[in-house]
Amino acid sequence: MSGDNKTYSASGEVALVLQRRTRAKRIWISLKNAPPTAWFGIIVIIAYLFVAIFAPVLAPHGEAQVFKKPFEPWGGEFLFGTDQIGRDVLSRLIFGARNTIGFALATTLLSFVIGGCLGLVAAINRSWLDQGLSRVVDVLMAIPSLIFALMLIAIFGSTIVNLIIIIAVLDSTRVFRLTRAVAMNVVVMDYVEAAHLRGEKLGRIMRREILPNIMPPLVAEFGLRFCFVFLSIAALSFLGVGIQPPTADWGSMVRDNASLIQFAQYDITAALTPLLPASAIALLTIAVNFVVDWFLHKTSGLRDEH
Amino acid sequence: MHPIVSTVLKRFVLGVMTLFLVSLIIFSSIQMLPGDFGEAVLGQAALPETVKAFREELGLDKPAWQRYLNWVASVTQGDLGTSFSGRAASGIDRSRPVADLVAPRLWNTLFLAGMTAVIAVPLSLFLGITTALYRNSIYDRVINSSTLTTISFPEFFVAYILIVLFASVWPILPSLANVTEATPLGERIYKASLPAITLTLVIVAHMMRMTRAAIINLMASAYIETARLKGLSRSMVIIKHALPNAWAPIATVIAFNLAYLVVGVVVVEVVFVYPGVGQLMVDAVSSRDIPVVQACALIFAGTYILLNLIADIIGIVTNPRLLHPR
Repeated sequence: MSGDNKTYSASGEVALVLQRRTRAKRIWISLKNAPPTAWFGIIVIIAYLFVAIFAPVLAPHGEAQVFKKPFEPWGGEFLFGTDQIGRDVLSRLIFGARNTIGFALATTLLSFVIGGCLGLVAAINRSWLDQGLSRVVDVLMAIPSLIFALMLIAIFGSTIVNLIIIIAVLDSTRVFRLTRAVAMNVVVMDYVEAAHLRGEKLGRIMRREILPNIMPPLVAEFGLRFCFVFLSIAALSFLGVGIQPPTADWGSMVRDNASLIQFAQYDITAALTPLLPASAIALLTIAVNFVVDWFLHKTSGLRDEH
Repeated sequence: MHPIVSTVLKRFVLGVMTLFLVSLIIFSSIQMLPGDFGEAVLGQAALPETVKAFREELGLDKPAWQRYLNWVASVTQGDLGTSFSGRAASGIDRSRPVADLVAPRLWNTLFLAGMTAVIAVPLSLFLGITTALYRNSIYDRVINSSTLTTISFPEFFVAYILIVLFASVWPILPSLANVTEATPLGERIYKASLPAITLTLVIVAHMMRMTRAAIINLMASAYIETARLKGLSRSMVIIKHALPNAWAPIATVIAFNLAYLVVGVVVVEVVFVYPGVGQLMVDAVSSRDIPVVQACALIFAGTYILLNLIADIIGIVTNPRLLHPR
């Protein structure tokens, strides 16, 4: 195919078909066919990320800036009013996006590094190491994770680093199970054995031979685990043992403004103040769930008959 | 031995072993406390003798395995140790036994969980089975999308929406569930109604979806189709052929969700200031009162393991393949 297209050329058309689509183009095509729920999810997630990244630019006031007007009503200088010690609720919502999403993302990543690596090692090794790890995970999963997290926080104290490590370790048990289960099917493939015989090291087999083949379920699981971690951190903060003030965080914002709810009869907007951060949490969870649903549907090729 | 008996026994031994290991983890949590917490609990002004007496009371002068055996022995006798709060540097001890703190609250929590289960289990089984039978109808779609939304909501969000609607805008139910031992049953139910409705909404979503999936899975199998093809009525197919195989998954779903209820109760109790074990545990975590935290964790984990064990055993006992071995 040089410049002129005046004459029809069969070989030209064949060459066109064979032209490999770029990655960006392939992503665009699958996005175009995505259902509206997935689009809704993607747009919401992008909006949240935008707010989280540009929080200092978007927020009208500082994260912990105290004005001498506690419980100011909606409108005027403070769009969503002020909280119990006079901090702007809108600004704290915006900074809360950054903190809450950031901590949840860090926790999920850490839990995938721990659980993913151990799961792959267990699937490849399949002897005493696999047995040992699996039994430890069984016992850890026998304790409800919120209760376990509460107990560990009581012991180690609730700093942000502790919180991230505790929830990541507890959550990695689920990642371990999934990674081990899907990797088991890949480990028995001929090409993995060939790689063994070629003398490839454990790390290389994990990264280059197995990981690319188990990526789709892991990516979907990442979305679901993110939701779970996000809700756990929110619940712990709501209980007052998670992220500590003055760091803005949606869970603790609900707790701080909860007393406003009793004024719903006189001023409905006051009652909505504690519901704003809670609905921010719910909306992100729903959005991620929609995207994960669509992704699972696409990669597994499952028809949604039931 | 009958295969059912041996399978149940095996599962039972596994459950007891899990409980043992979990108790070991919960016990060793006190081991992991950083530094000398004798001074941390009693305050910096504590006399060395007071700290020494405190350490001796906790048995920190004995080896760990001996302390574990003592702890297990006293827990099985109902003695959960003594709370850290109420101790002073002067050595005056106003602390209360953990068992006295936990016992009335445990009854409250069980009352709330029981009340929720009585509403939620029949409701979700009904919804699950009907949506499975009339799947892809409008009824199915509406129920499905609304439960999917409730699953994504944090418990406290559901709780506060209910408070705004039913306790503030239309004040028909109390938002404060402050029951005491003297509260009569009728008033107790009235006060615990909002927490129970919140928990119901949360677990019905899970339970209904799992029931629906289990039933659909079952209705797709070949023998159900055979039964229908040989001319049995719809109700006969369900009662005689589908149900015997459905008991196991349904029992698993119920027990699994009651176990989930154990955890959900913590957040809901805090929202409604309901005096249960969950609230006690959260307060103890804030004040780092380790003996109380341990006791609550043991109760929650024990219930969780027990319910899962019961689910598995019901699953084994009702399995037709094991009931009529070849």
